[in-house]
Amino acid sequence: MADTGVAARIHGGLHLDEHKQESNATAIRTLGLPTRLVLPMHQHIGEPAEPLVRVGETVLKGQMIARASDYVSAPVHAPTSGRVTAIGEYPVPHPSGLHDLCIVLEPDGEDRWDTLPPGFPDWRSTDPAEMRERIRWAGIVGLGGAAFPTAVKVNTSGQRRIETLIINAAECEPYITCDDRLMREQAADIVDGIAILRHVLGAERCLIGIEDNKPEAAEALRAALGATVDAATDVVEVPTLYPSGGERQLIMLLTGREVPSHGLPAAVGVVCQNVATAAAVADAVLRGRPLIDRIVTVTGRGVVQPGNFRVRFGTPAPFVIDAAGGRSTDYHRLILGGPMMGFSLHDHQVPVTKASNCLLAPAADELPPSPTERPCIRCGECARVCPAQLLPQQLYWQARAQDFDKVQDYHLFDCIECGCCAYVCPAHIPLVHYYRFAKTAIWAHERDRDKSDLARRRHEARQARLERLEAERKARLRQKKEALEQQPSAAGKDPKRAAIEAAMQRVAAKKAAQLDAGQAPNDE
Amino acid sequence: MNALDVNSSSPHLSGPHSVTRVMGLVLVALLPGTLAMQWYFGWGVIINITLAVSSAVLAEAAVLALRGRPVSHTLIDLSAVVTGWLLALALPPLLPWWQTVLGSTFAIVVAKQLYGGIGFNPFNPAMAGYVLLLVSFPVTMTRWLPPDVISGAAPTLTESLHMIFSGMPPDGQTWDAISRATPLDLMRTELAQNRMISEIRASPLWGDYGGRGWEWVGNWFLLGGLFIIWRRVISWRIPVAMLGSLLLVAGLFWAIDPETHPFPAFHLFSGGAILGAFFIATDPVSAATTPRGQLVYGALVGVFVFVIRSWGGYPDAVAFSVLLMNMAAPTIDYYTQPRIFGQRGRDDA
Amino acid sequence: MITAIFTIAGLATLFGLLLGYSAIRFRVEGDPIADQIDALLPQTQCGQCGFAGCRPYAEAIAGGGAEINRCPPGGESTMIALAELLGRDPVPLEDEAAAEKPKSVAFIVEEECIGCTLCIQACPVDAIVGAAKQMHTVIADECTGCELCLPPCPVECIHMHPIEVTPQTWRWPHPPTPGREVVNG
Repeated sequence: MADTGVAARIHGGLHLDEHKQESNATAIRTLGLPTRLVLPMHQHIGEPAEPLVRVGETVLKGQMIARASDYVSAPVHAPTSGRVTAIGEYPVPHPSGLHDLCIVLEPDGEDRWDTLPPGFPDWRSTDPAEMRERIRWAGIVGLGGAAFPTAVKVNTSGQRRIETLIINAAECEPYITCDDRLMREQAADIVDGIAILRHVLGAERCLIGIEDNKPEAAEALRAALGATVDAATDVVEVPTLYPSGGERQLIMLLTGREVPSHGLPAAVGVVCQNVATAAAVADAVLRGRPLIDRIVTVTGRGVVQPGNFRVRFGTPAPFVIDAAGGRSTDYHRLILGGPMMGFSLHDHQVPVTKASNCLLAPAADELPPSPTERPCIRCGECARVCPAQLLPQQLYWQARAQDFDKVQDYHLFDCIECGCCAYVCPAHIPLVHYYRFAKTAIWAHERDRDKSDLARRRHEARQARLERLEAERKARLRQKKEALEQQPSAAGKDPKRAAIEAAMQRVAAKKAAQLDAGQAPNDE
Repeated sequence: MNALDVNSSSPHLSGPHSVTRVMGLVLVALLPGTLAMQWYFGWGVIINITLAVSSAVLAEAAVLALRGRPVSHTLIDLSAVVTGWLLALALPPLLPWWQTVLGSTFAIVVAKQLYGGIGFNPFNPAMAGYVLLLVSFPVTMTRWLPPDVISGAAPTLTESLHMIFSGMPPDGQTWDAISRATPLDLMRTELAQNRMISEIRASPLWGDYGGRGWEWVGNWFLLGGLFIIWRRVISWRIPVAMLGSLLLVAGLFWAIDPETHPFPAFHLFSGGAILGAFFIATDPVSAATTPRGQLVYGALVGVFVFVIRSWGGYPDAVAFSVLLMNMAAPTIDYYTQPRIFGQRGRDDA
Repeated sequence: MITAIFTIAGLATLFGLLLGYSAIRFRVEGDPIADQIDALLPQTQCGQCGFAGCRPYAEAIAGGGAEINRCPPGGESTMIALAELLGRDPVPLEDEAAAEKPKSVAFIVEEECIGCTLCIQACPVDAIVGAAKQMHTVIADECTGCELCLPPCPVECIHMHPIEVTPQTWRWPHPPTPGREVVNG
């Protein structure tokens, strides 16, 4: 079956009920225009985008409405033509349920495209840097769910040479089928994107890792590859085992190489991209189209007709749910992402973003709340299933005790939060919750420390400046005094009068000095 | 939708495992060996289990209520039942009832709940209870029955009840007539009198490869042990390491002098080695948890069993060895942390 | 008797040598203690401890001249960290320090500001920009929330705004601890 065998196995993992057939049987449906689109500025990892438009401005489809504010950032484009009605804080899909900066766009219904940059029909002879710039312009981020800016990921200059591009088509999490449908329906785009990415990276070969529960998708990819006669790209079917789609896990499965604990895949000559990202790259490079929509799986017994939808970013979740036949009587809650790694939405109105791969509306008994937590009995089942080979129960003890140094000694930051440990825990301890608690607490401490270091530096600089000014003032005074002392002897005035004059001059000098000090910061 | 749903972290899916299921499987696995013991040693075994389990559960319920913890929610984890059961299997079949109750209550109250309850006890509660009884009541605790294949018939239910609750032998009989030392005890006392293994082997207590009766009890516990390994309740590491090291050390000394050291299989199939290896040393709370740590832990338990049996003051040694190694478990875990994913040679491409 | 004395003396000598050797061999070259204390302090430079900034307070603690419970912005966590560093017993925070305030930054109402520069002189970390007779602004990222700029302002146009939690700074809450809540099993 597989063109190339699996190179190695991964530690642990779980066989889960797949629940793929609910949503993968029907073709992708393209969603219409909602009455308004809410576009968060922070849909990716890194710095948020900076709005380029003002309230009231009219924008065209594909127009950049917010630009990347930093190297690790991504621009946002208008998903349709219309008018910007507000820029402000709106609920965003985030586990905190907090609000964040968004641009609100009211579609005019015309869906009129902006003038797009030309494609690169002869991309094979185009400079990779130029194509990276195009990928960056298009706002492409990892569409597997992590949303890391793709342009940054494919810029491997200064690192070791990339031999292998790995395309992550594993889609190992239950319920999610957006990549499956995309591969079946748009295999040609994916194959184009892969060829472009290989060119950009200078990678000799490409391995597409796909779980063996998606034979149709694998076949579609093979057919598309056959049409392009791409001999350096292979489809590798990996056994269905959650989380084989974890980046490091998939690299291990396909190449047998182990990405170092604190390193990037580039350290072993590999770059990994999601299939949907590859399709988006093809769109940007061949057709000059920015990333303005994505495939979203809508599933769970809480919706009437589960399926996959091409959804514009900013589309409110209820609009997508309605397209899937609306809420069923079982509708109970909404999860963004899959059952193992997704998070519950506080506000069901939040918009679809670049990171939204799945809207899961489980019935109450479909994903029942975990039974009450009991004390850990140290059975070690968590360690047995951990794909990162960590000791989850040790992490748990340290996180619970809020010993944030110890918890890092047990490699907290190598945890990929896949949820295997919590799934098997016989005591039903919310292990991943503890790890997230510890990680966010450590990040908060680091921010506090950085801030206090900055304050210390600035305070020391200020102290130094004040001392310098004081010294200068004293020096000036001394000079004046010396000048005065010399004057009377030269002019032969009587000493008493000279003393009064000196006092007056001192007062004047002091005033001047005070004024100097007061305006001092202006000199800086 | 309630607040719990939105504030809880992924995964939103939980597996079929539960503490109750783990403990339940252990109980199922104990059944064949328990029935074998009942077959060979009579009703005393069942009475002991009833006494020990009910006092363990009562003690647990009482302490939980005193500590203000949810009682029934905790009791259904079945851990108190397992503790009582394991303790009862280690006790002589005709032990006076109050000693059984005392041991079982001590195991739960002192060795388990005073440390914080399930998950927090550094020592195996059942073995702590056993050791308390052994050091406090050495006479009754070493008064074992011979298997009925030797005595002709094990005491009946009424006889057993009478002996256990009155603490007296039946009218017209003495304890000496009824009870017999365990094969391990026999081996130790006879060896101490400079008798040769070949002479000791002539004793009716000696079976095909272990103590008579005991060897079959061991086989049935082995079966239960394999069952829980198959059901992945325990890992194979501790039992294999413990029995392996016991065999190895015993084999070594036997090879040096077979007349003063019994055949290795004798060590495995007389006394509590099999029960201990699969059901006691593997208690996850008090044992080592890392894969390499479990091998070290099991192997050292095995060595201690041999050392204490051969040169110690007590006939059987599983309880002491397990408790000793319980103390070392955290240290073993610390020094045997597995290599995590991504720590292999930095550049192995 | 003689043997015992010799044995004990021999042992004492042996351990003495061992300790002496290890004291030299394993000596930890640490930062001066004041630096270590300073590193734990929040660096607000607010002076609420009664010293002219975090560094002087750190030196006072190191010199034994000050208690470790006088830093209100650091709160209990700083006090406990100091206690651990110095091997002292934790001391309850002083009254005013005990009520922990939410972390805040100063904000100047620009319409009301008369450009007097008094706040600029008061700011310990130069986080206020502006010139005489021109409106001033606080650089929020650099403000430590020390409140030292509040008293000098003649028109009271500086307000403290609590730092709002954003999705980027949000922390997962500690999971509910089992056993604490009563479960109706």
